[in-house]
Amino acid sequence: MKRFLGHALFWPAMALALLLVASALFNPSFVTLTWRDGHLYGSVIDILNRAAPLIVVSLGMTLVIAVRGLDISVGAVVAISAAVVALMIGGGFSATGEVHSDNPLWLALAAALGVAAACGLWNGLLVVKAGMQPIVATLILMVAGRGIAQLLTGGQIITVYYPPFFTLGNGFLLGLPVALWIAGLLWAALHLVLSRTALGLFVRSIGGNPEAARVAGVRSSAITLCVYTFCGLAAGVAGLIVSSNVKSADANNAGQLLELDAILAVTLGGTALTGGRFTLAGTVIGALIIQTLTSMIYSLGVPPEVNLVVKAALVFAVMLLQSAEFRGLVARMVRADKSLDGTRR
Amino acid sequence: MNDPAIVLRARDISRAFPGVQALSGAGLTLRAGEVHALMGQNGAGKSTLIKVLTGVYAPDAGSIELLGRPVAPESPIHAQQLGISAVHQESHLLPNLSVAENICAGRYPRRAWTRGGGIDWRETERRAAELLASLGIRLDVTQLAGGLPAALQQLATVARAVATDARVLILDEPTSSLDADEVQALFALIRRLRDKGVAILFVTHFLDQVYEICDRMTVLRNGRFIGEYACASLDSHGLVAAMVGREVAATPAVEHVAQEREQAARPPVLAARNLSRRGQLKPLDIELKPGEVLGLAGLLGSGRTELARLLFALDARDTGDISVDGQPAKLDNPADALRLGLGFCPEDRKHSGIVADLSVRENIALALQARMGLRKFLGLAEQRQIAEKLVAALGVKTASIETPIGQLSGGNQQKAIIARWLATHPRVLILDEPTRGIDVAAKQELMNEILELARGGTAVLFISAEIDEVVRVADRIMVLRDRAKAGELPGGANEDAVYSLIAASQKA
Repeated sequence: MKRFLGHALFWPAMALALLLVASALFNPSFVTLTWRDGHLYGSVIDILNRAAPLIVVSLGMTLVIAVRGLDISVGAVVAISAAVVALMIGGGFSATGEVHSDNPLWLALAAALGVAAACGLWNGLLVVKAGMQPIVATLILMVAGRGIAQLLTGGQIITVYYPPFFTLGNGFLLGLPVALWIAGLLWAALHLVLSRTALGLFVRSIGGNPEAARVAGVRSSAITLCVYTFCGLAAGVAGLIVSSNVKSADANNAGQLLELDAILAVTLGGTALTGGRFTLAGTVIGALIIQTLTSMIYSLGVPPEVNLVVKAALVFAVMLLQSAEFRGLVARMVRADKSLDGTRR
Repeated sequence: MNDPAIVLRARDISRAFPGVQALSGAGLTLRAGEVHALMGQNGAGKSTLIKVLTGVYAPDAGSIELLGRPVAPESPIHAQQLGISAVHQESHLLPNLSVAENICAGRYPRRAWTRGGGIDWRETERRAAELLASLGIRLDVTQLAGGLPAALQQLATVARAVATDARVLILDEPTSSLDADEVQALFALIRRLRDKGVAILFVTHFLDQVYEICDRMTVLRNGRFIGEYACASLDSHGLVAAMVGREVAATPAVEHVAQEREQAARPPVLAARNLSRRGQLKPLDIELKPGEVLGLAGLLGSGRTELARLLFALDARDTGDISVDGQPAKLDNPADALRLGLGFCPEDRKHSGIVADLSVRENIALALQARMGLRKFLGLAEQRQIAEKLVAALGVKTASIETPIGQLSGGNQQKAIIARWLATHPRVLILDEPTRGIDVAAKQELMNEILELARGGTAVLFISAEIDEVVRVADRIMVLRDRAKAGELPGGANEDAVYSLIAASQKA
């Protein structure tokens, strides 16, 4: 029991479970899952599907934070990736009314991911080679990146008409959303790389004590560069899912404020912002907490103008639940109360 | 002679941590106007006892009396209000504030609200200056603390600690980063405070300093009180025996002469020609031969650490050709050094040695894994096996190899870092002050370990501020002075010869 309570993932998982129970209480249909046309439908599946882009971005963010970094440009990279893929597909209607694509779909996807990875590499170079503070280095791309996306799309929302592209954000595979598969596969791949190679040890040592890691001969610069590049790549993947889901690229709004949700997801999951210790599973739970919150607020019918306040209050409550100091304080107050009762009697 | 009035008495203090009983029935008695030494090996419970006295830890059992009244310090601030102040190993001044601001921090004098309220900076400076003057410290209080040499920072820290009318002053290894002159300045201050009636607890690993400044001492071993002795009645041999609990064999003399000839014939494994870096090291040549311990001696700031860092490519060299086995080698970063078979135990354990959050096992495996690269991953079983073996071989005291290394005592952290490099089977091992902050018995074991390593064919560069240590283990001694090579001596040279090389410029 104690071991269970002491596990790093206990409180994040607990918070998620509480939110799910609360959702189910308010809305009994929340828990129903139906099988229709070979797909699984239901609120839970919906949450998982919508959480997929956030999970993907947050996984990249987890590693960046683990090496004492931060990447606040992921939202902008999502917009860039969406713009690139929409432009590459372009296309129009042929004489027969068939929709075609300007470039093969694989090329469009690869180009978007390539550009996103280049964005991540740029961030990494600024941090590692130019020695900038991560928050400042990525602030540059956060601001400039959205501008680049707007430049690419000419300030317009580009609509994509090519159906095969819609699979990423709307399709199903073996009854589950494709986006969920992508997030799951990325997580599994990352987990495999971290447990089967020394990357996990190196990342934790760089985050724990960068100087000691360097003295021990760890190639900190190369690893940090890779981590930032991966974070850009992950944001690119999220951009593909998002643009496929809405069948368009919106340079102004795609991935707006996603960087903050991602940082929040990483924190909620139990990864220390000071670097070193990190947990991928925690991050996934953190992202699910955020998406559950959002869905819950919608399903409760909270008026849009107080939406953010309610979300903030719930996030605050979740944070308190996860704070060991706060739980200790409550426990002490409860004990003090009991001992007072004892003296009165 | 001294006022026998007892200021502080701690009795039967016990404190356990998960897996370790740090203190079991330890005691301590401090008297006004006396300097009292707290002695013990690493892990004997000195730090824990100090933390109990200063309110960092609550004891599981036992009592503390201050001036005859029972007290229970709850935090360092509470302890300070009671009259128990402490100065720790690393100076705790805030580098971006002035000396005066540091000394008065938390107790700034305020201007009357009629004059706008706020902090009275002029009064702050006046008080700080007055305090320093009363302690005989000459220092401009408006200077930034970070710009002061380590020794002056240490004096200011002590001044700050006694600014609150401390009855008890605890000095935890205050001299470990000071050189001889600076130690004398600190001792002058300690004597002045002693004469003012402050009870002083002095913790150090330097036995000669204990005999120089202390009146009495208390010895702890494995968390237990072993005895209280007057310094005059227990010589250093008896003291070490009390600390260790057995007689320590004197260092086995190295059979220098026989080895030397053989070594001279061997080609160097690592050689640097014309190695320099502006402002840190003037051009010099150095050669390390397999199976040889090269001792590096010199004062603080003579370029010892700088030379080591250049050899391991932690800093970029301005000039210098490096060859390994006679072949020119590419050595531009620590990863190159590791690949070439070099190892480096840095001087500053906390900052550049340990990764505190990682386990002992992971810390030990780190360098070997770094050399093997990302893909050839040492499995958990292999890491465990390597760590278990080295932990046993070096006698690292830890609850388990999965304990975060930050929880180990300083000496055991040092051993674990050495284990990290031994795991890579280095051809050249650079040890920068490996014995600093380590107790006598552990030092002895460490030096034996170093000799063992050299016998196995490793070239060792041994850097130490303690000349007697260098003389004892080195086959050849290189002396640095003012960031340049002052000369070389054969192994077994006597200490005086080393000292005269070190001091040559001062005589001139």
